[in-house]
Amino acid sequence: MSADGIVRDHYRQFADWLAQQTPDAIERKRMEADLTFRRVGITFAVYGDGAGTERLIPFDLIPRIIPASEWEQMQAGLVQRVSALNMFIDDIYHEQHIIRAGIIPAEQIYRNAQYRPEMQGIKVANDIYAHIAGIDIVRAGAGEFYVLEDNLRVPSGVSYMLEDRKMMMRLYPELFASHKVAPVEHYPDMLLDNLRSVAPMGVLDPTVVVMTPGMYNSAYFEHAFLAQQMGVELVEGKDLYVTNNAVWMRTTHGPKRVDVIYRRLDDDFLDPLAFRADSALGVPGLLSVYRAGHVTLANAIGTGVADDKSIYPYVPDIIRFYLSEEPILNNVPTYQCRKKAELDYTLANLPDLVVKEVHGAGGYGMLVGPASTKEQIDDFRQRLIARPDGYIAQPTLALSNCPTFVESGVAPRHIDLRPFVLSGKTISMVPGGLTRVALREGSLVVNSSQGGGTKDTWVLES
Amino acid sequence: MLSRTADHLFWMARYTERAENTARMLDVNVQTALLPQSEEAARHAWRALLGISELQHGYDQKHDAVTQRDVIEFMVCDPSNPSSIIACLTEARENARAVRGTLTTEVWEVTNQTYLDLRRRLHGGQLHKDPSQFFEWVKYRSHLSRGVTLGTMLRDEAVNFLRLGTFIERADNTARILDVKFHGDDGEARRDFYYWAALLRSVSGFEIYRKVYRDVITPERVAELLMLRADMPRSLLACMEEVVANLREVRNDVSADTERLAGKLHAELQFARIEDILEAGLHDTLTEFLRRIYELGNGVSRDFLVPLAA
Repeated sequence: MSADGIVRDHYRQFADWLAQQTPDAIERKRMEADLTFRRVGITFAVYGDGAGTERLIPFDLIPRIIPASEWEQMQAGLVQRVSALNMFIDDIYHEQHIIRAGIIPAEQIYRNAQYRPEMQGIKVANDIYAHIAGIDIVRAGAGEFYVLEDNLRVPSGVSYMLEDRKMMMRLYPELFASHKVAPVEHYPDMLLDNLRSVAPMGVLDPTVVVMTPGMYNSAYFEHAFLAQQMGVELVEGKDLYVTNNAVWMRTTHGPKRVDVIYRRLDDDFLDPLAFRADSALGVPGLLSVYRAGHVTLANAIGTGVADDKSIYPYVPDIIRFYLSEEPILNNVPTYQCRKKAELDYTLANLPDLVVKEVHGAGGYGMLVGPASTKEQIDDFRQRLIARPDGYIAQPTLALSNCPTFVESGVAPRHIDLRPFVLSGKTISMVPGGLTRVALREGSLVVNSSQGGGTKDTWVLES
Repeated sequence: MLSRTADHLFWMARYTERAENTARMLDVNVQTALLPQSEEAARHAWRALLGISELQHGYDQKHDAVTQRDVIEFMVCDPSNPSSIIACLTEARENARAVRGTLTTEVWEVTNQTYLDLRRRLHGGQLHKDPSQFFEWVKYRSHLSRGVTLGTMLRDEAVNFLRLGTFIERADNTARILDVKFHGDDGEARRDFYYWAALLRSVSGFEIYRKVYRDVITPERVAELLMLRADMPRSLLACMEEVVANLREVRNDVSADTERLAGKLHAELQFARIEDILEAGLHDTLTEFLRRIYELGNGVSRDFLVPLAA
């Protein structure tokens, strides 16, 4: 819906259909969806809620609809952005042209907690680092897309994108007959193809595995889902070991060599010999095999250096530097509090700004100025003054809304979109992504850990 | 297949089968307890059940006296008893969850749904009002789990390990169900008839017995049916045929001894005569069988499930 309450063209057909549905019928469908999600076990574990506690992510029955023209623009912007980010990571771990050109100060790299000196000078297959990226995008006006965050480490949510679609097709097959919704179901196929394309040199028929921290991880459902959909093994660290400069998995028929690991755990936990010694989740010696080029990790170690909020403000310049192109997707204007003038501006305008921790994630540790009390704002002021380089600030955008079922009926709620961009020999993606919706009125926070929900995302074919 | 995956599959099937067999065993006792009998005899029957399940000690630590209600409570709902139905079905589901990507969606959903429904069923005292109905439900869910496994899964190693788990567990349980009687006393003939009839029903063998023997029920024939008939689905011989066949499918470089163990056990049953077994002593024969099944389970673990190091 547009700001003045008029139904946008591409929603019109859906709105007509919705107007004919009785509240009862909708409620029945909603219950059916809940039951199905519960039976299928599409749940996520909640940290600090006791091991094994599983919750459903609220699923909204109204799809988010994107016209083909908007998607094409977004897609072009995503290809551009992810290419540049991959070139940036490669450069950072090799020649560092961008630092020498004076575009990014060296300390922004070296002081970045996600920078991995172990990666310096390492050759990775096809020079690809962020094989799977989940870029969070909001729309603030016609054709105006803003990137909120580049998730280049282990972005989650693609399984919800696929399950939400499956659910909508099951509940409302008639809608798919009347709308030309671009399919997304081939994502696992594309992912497998992509992972195989980045196997170590000389490996013609690579063995791909998905690596999970285990079934108590919040995204375990997704890890198991992707392994199953791709038909590859889902491994834990203890299933793998390193010998003779190669990675092997323990099978009922003895050791089997592993070539590509789609790992869903953070750098810190990958190899207790190289990173956190207290972690039992990883594989001792993995880094040495990786450095020798005998196994591919997707995503590469050290990709976090490029998706940190402290690097985010530089992404438009990164695009200009490597591609000599103007960015297609906007950055949200960002004030870097480590700079004196920008800190002063931030402190003076706190009630209007969103302040985020540089290394924060999951919607924790942030201040949403317009929605905060004076006490909360004062508290953040103290934190900013004490440690300015730990924060950035952004204006609150006039985010687009999407009609959403809430207690009182259908009402507008803020949404964002996370398309999943695959980088291998080429860059590819399925049309759509995970739409997250802030279920609380006025809230801008869509993270599932903060009570956000999801919607099916329809890219209409023209 | 990953050793860990095989391990989860093997135990998922074992726990599902164990829950089913616990339900069957409890049902025999519930049925026979309906007959007129002394309090002492009834207590004895429940005590025999605990003994054969090796749960006497665990039970005594929680309960002062042996009553039907407490034994059922302990064997169905007590999460601290690792063989209780609730513990088994929870474990089956946890193992399934760990390898849900290896299972078909249908197999996973049946296992998950069983787990979700179990809690609802145990809530509200229905169990003690009509225990047989609850046991029926457990058996039904186990049938469903096996059926959906065979009906939807690729016949590959995953199925072999599921089947190995099912039949090793079932062989163990059938031997125990048969042996319960010999933990008990030798009661009067009339009660014996009802006992053996209930036992046959508990292994879905009553109609089969009539079809096979066309004669009155005798303990000897019940023993023969449950031990030596290859066409009786829950007999020891039928279980061993499945174990041998599935082991052959997954054999690896180190599994020869385990195959030999299974093959010998199978051959002995195949060529055994019930008269000889009874003469040697049924209880001793079953005890020896249980020991060897235990050894076989360990062999499978050692050869396939515990990771083969480099």
